[in-house]
Amino acid sequence: MSHRLLLWRRLKNQVFFTLLVFMSLIALFPLFNILWYVISRGLPELSIRFFTRLPGPVGMVGGMANAIVGTLIVVSLACLIAIPIGVGAGIYMAEYADDRFAAVCRFLADVLSGVPSIVAGLMVYATVVIWMHSYSAFAGALSLALLMLPTLMRTTEQMLLMVDTSLREGAFALGATRFQTTVQVVLPTAASGLITAVMLSIGRVMGETAPLLFTAFGNSFWQDGLNAPIAALPLQIFVYATSPYPQWQAQAWTGALTLLAIILVINIAARAFGRGKLR
Amino acid sequence: MKSIWSAWSKNQLDRLFSSILLTFCLVIILIVGTIVYELVSRSALAILHFGFHFLTGQVWDPVHQVFGALPFIYGTVVSSVIGVILASIVGIATAILLTQYGSWRWLDLISILVELLAAIPSVVYGLWGIFILAPWLRQSVEPILNRGLGFLPLFQGQGYGVGMLAAGIILAVMILPTITAVVRDVMQAVPNELKDGALALGATKQEMVSLAILPQAKRGILGAIMLALGRALGETMAVTMVIGNRPQIAASLFAPGYSMASVIANEFTEATSKLYESSLYEIGLVLFLLTVVFYSLARLLVWRIRLQMRVNA
Amino acid sequence: MGKTVVAEHLSAFFGEHQILHDVSLEMQANQVTAIIGPSGCGKSTFIRCMNRLHETVARATMTGRVLLDDENVYEANSVWVRRTIGMVFQKPNPFPAMSIFDNVAAGLRLNGIRKKSVLAEQVERSLHMSALWDEVKDRLSAPSASLSGGQQQRLCIARALAIEPAVLLMDEPASALDPISTLRIEELIEEIKCQYTIVIVTHNLQQAARVADTTAFFLSGEIIEYGRTTDMFTTPSDKRTEDYVTGRFG
Repeated sequence: MSHRLLLWRRLKNQVFFTLLVFMSLIALFPLFNILWYVISRGLPELSIRFFTRLPGPVGMVGGMANAIVGTLIVVSLACLIAIPIGVGAGIYMAEYADDRFAAVCRFLADVLSGVPSIVAGLMVYATVVIWMHSYSAFAGALSLALLMLPTLMRTTEQMLLMVDTSLREGAFALGATRFQTTVQVVLPTAASGLITAVMLSIGRVMGETAPLLFTAFGNSFWQDGLNAPIAALPLQIFVYATSPYPQWQAQAWTGALTLLAIILVINIAARAFGRGKLR
Repeated sequence: MKSIWSAWSKNQLDRLFSSILLTFCLVIILIVGTIVYELVSRSALAILHFGFHFLTGQVWDPVHQVFGALPFIYGTVVSSVIGVILASIVGIATAILLTQYGSWRWLDLISILVELLAAIPSVVYGLWGIFILAPWLRQSVEPILNRGLGFLPLFQGQGYGVGMLAAGIILAVMILPTITAVVRDVMQAVPNELKDGALALGATKQEMVSLAILPQAKRGILGAIMLALGRALGETMAVTMVIGNRPQIAASLFAPGYSMASVIANEFTEATSKLYESSLYEIGLVLFLLTVVFYSLARLLVWRIRLQMRVNA
Repeated sequence: MGKTVVAEHLSAFFGEHQILHDVSLEMQANQVTAIIGPSGCGKSTFIRCMNRLHETVARATMTGRVLLDDENVYEANSVWVRRTIGMVFQKPNPFPAMSIFDNVAAGLRLNGIRKKSVLAEQVERSLHMSALWDEVKDRLSAPSASLSGGQQQRLCIARALAIEPAVLLMDEPASALDPISTLRIEELIEEIKCQYTIVIVTHNLQQAARVADTTAFFLSGEIIEYGRTTDMFTTPSDKRTEDYVTGRFG
C-alpha cells in the first residue's frame, strides 16, 4: 500500500470527524442562542407584578397573572381528561386486547399523533365550541387532551409490555383475575416509567399555542368559569410578540422565560424521577 | 379492598374493568372518526364550489369570495423541504458522531442538549425568529447569499428577514431533535459484526461509516426524514410568526410566503362567510391528509428497523 | 508471505474488568496456531488485540505490545495494521447491502484499486482460494445475503484474503456452520497456510487437532500451556490442560 494513499485516507478521516463535530456544534448553537436571548431579554421585565397583575393597556405596567393561572387551569383540565383515557386505553391494548384490535388502536393512535395541532383545534372548534356557542377553558383543555392522548396510550402500552410476563403468570397462578393482576402487580411495576411519561407529555402540551387559538381563545381579564374564554401563557406571548409595541414585546420575552422555566422544571423532574426509580 | 372483593364477585369486577378500558380505546376510534367527519363535512361547501381548482388556484381573495389554496400548499411544502434538508444534514452528522465515536466524553452532553431543543415551545421559537433570526438574516445572511449566489432565482430580490428562508431555518431547528434521535436509534441497530468486518479490512472510521453503517441505515434514515417532514408540515406558530404571511408564490426564498397551518391560525376566527370558513376547513383537511401520508410512510420504514432490532437482540 | 506475530506481556481490560493477564505468545509465520480454552477465557479478546480491534470497543483498554516481524503494531498506524492482519469472525458478516463481487472487492477499493480488470482478477483469485468460485461465478452480482451460512463465511474469507494480508486471524470461524461447511473451511486452512500466518480460535478440540501445528491453551485470561499440537493432545504437561483436552471440564 502506498504511503501517500494511506496519508490521504487518514486525512479524509480527520476531515470527516472535524466536519461531524462542526455539524454538532451547529446543532447546539440555536439552543444556546435561544436560551441566552430568552434569559437576557426576559429578565428586565421580570418582577412580582408580572406574576400578580393583569395585562395592562399600552403605556401602563401590567403582568401575565391571568395567563399563567389560565395555562395551569387548562393544562390541569387536559390532564384530567387525557390521563385516565390514555392510560386506560394503553392498559387495554397491552393486557386485554387481541392482536388485531391492538394493532388497529395502535394505528389510530399513530394517526392521531400525526394530526397537526392546529387541526386538533379545528376539530374541537367544529364540535365543542359550536355546540357550546362559546370559546371556553373546557374546549381549550379538550384540544390539548387530544394531543396528549396518543403519546400516553403508546407509552403506557410499551411500559406495560416491558413488564416481565413471568410476573403476570405468577399472579395468575395464585388465582388472581386479570384485573387484580393488572392493578396489583403490573401497574406498580411500571409506575415510575408511567409517571415519567405522563410528566413529559404535560411538559409538551404546556407550550402548545395553535390549538388554543380558537378554543380557549384568550382573555385579557380573569377567567369567568370554565365555560368562558380563558387566557393562556403561550397565547399571550403570541399576541404580545406580534404586537407593534416595544413594551408588550419585552413582556413577551418575560412570558417566554416563565413558560420555558416551567417546562424545563417539569422535564428535569420527569427525568430525575424516572432515573431515580428505575435503578 | 377485601369488602369490595366480597360484595362483587371477582369475575364481575374483572368484566366491568375491562369494559371501561375498552370504552377508552373506542374513544380513540371516535376521535379519529370525528376529525375526518368534521373536516370533510365542513369543507363540503368549498369542495363543491371550487372542485379541484381549489388546489390549483393561486388567488386568495376573501373580499371577492375566491379561494385558491396553492400559495399555502406551496409555502408549506417549500418551507418544510428547506427545513428537512438543513436538519437532515446536521442531524445525520450528529447521529453519526453520537453512535460511532463512543469513546468521546462530550457525547452524553451533546445528546442531552439536542433533546432539550424539543422541549422549547413553538411560540418561543417564533419569538426568537421574529426578533433575533429574522434581523440576522436580513442584515447578514441574505445580502451575502444574494451577492454570492444571486444568479440563482432562489436568492434574488430584497431580503426582508421574514420569509420562506426564515421559516425553513426555524423548522430545521425544531425537527432536528426528531431526526437526530431516530437516526441514532437506527444506527445503533446496525450489528457490531458489520462494523468489525469493515474495520478488520483496514477501513478508517469514515470508510467504516460509508461501508457498513450508511447502507444498513439507509431505510431508517429515510423514515426519520419522513417523520420529520410530517412534523414540519403541521407546525403552526413558529412558522406563522416568521413566514411573512403573504399568499404568493415567489421563486426567491427571501420572499414572504404563507403556509396552510398559518392561514388557518390567522384567518379562521375572522372568516366572515360560510364559503370562507369552509375553505379554511378544506385547507385543514388537505393538511391532515398530507401529514397522515408522511407519518404512515415513516412508521412503515422505521417500524421495520425496530423489528430488525428485536430480531437481532 | 506470512509474518511472525509476537504478543508480549499483553493485558486487556473492559473498564475495570481485566480479561487478559500478562499474556505472551509467539505465532510462527506460515503455520497454523490454534487457541483453545473454555468460553470466557479471553481467546477472542486476545486475537482482537493482534489487529487492534479490541481498542475500538467503548471502555476497552490494553497494555503490552504486539510485534509483527519486529514492528510494534501499537506504534504503527491502525489502518495499516488491520490491512496487514486480516480477520474472519464467528458470525459470517458480509456487507448485506453489497453484491458478492463488491464484498470481495471492498478492501481492494479501500486501497485505491479502481481498475475493473484488476479488481475482477483479484476477486476471482480470492474466491478460488476460499473455494467459493465455482458456486458463485455465475451470480457475482447477486446480493451476499442470498448465500447460505457456510458460503457467506467463505465469502468473508475471500474478502479478507483479497487484500493479501500477511496474517489471518480466525475467531471460531466454523462455530456457526454445519459439519460439511466446517470441513470445507478446514480444508481451506490447510491449502492456504503456506502463504499466511494463521491464528484460529476454536472451542472445538478436534478441529484444533486437525488443523493446527501449534496450540495454546487459555484459561481465565492466562496461557496455561503452549506447544506442538500433537504433544498438547497426547502428553499435556499441565494437569488443567489434561483435564480440558480429555473433556473433564469446559
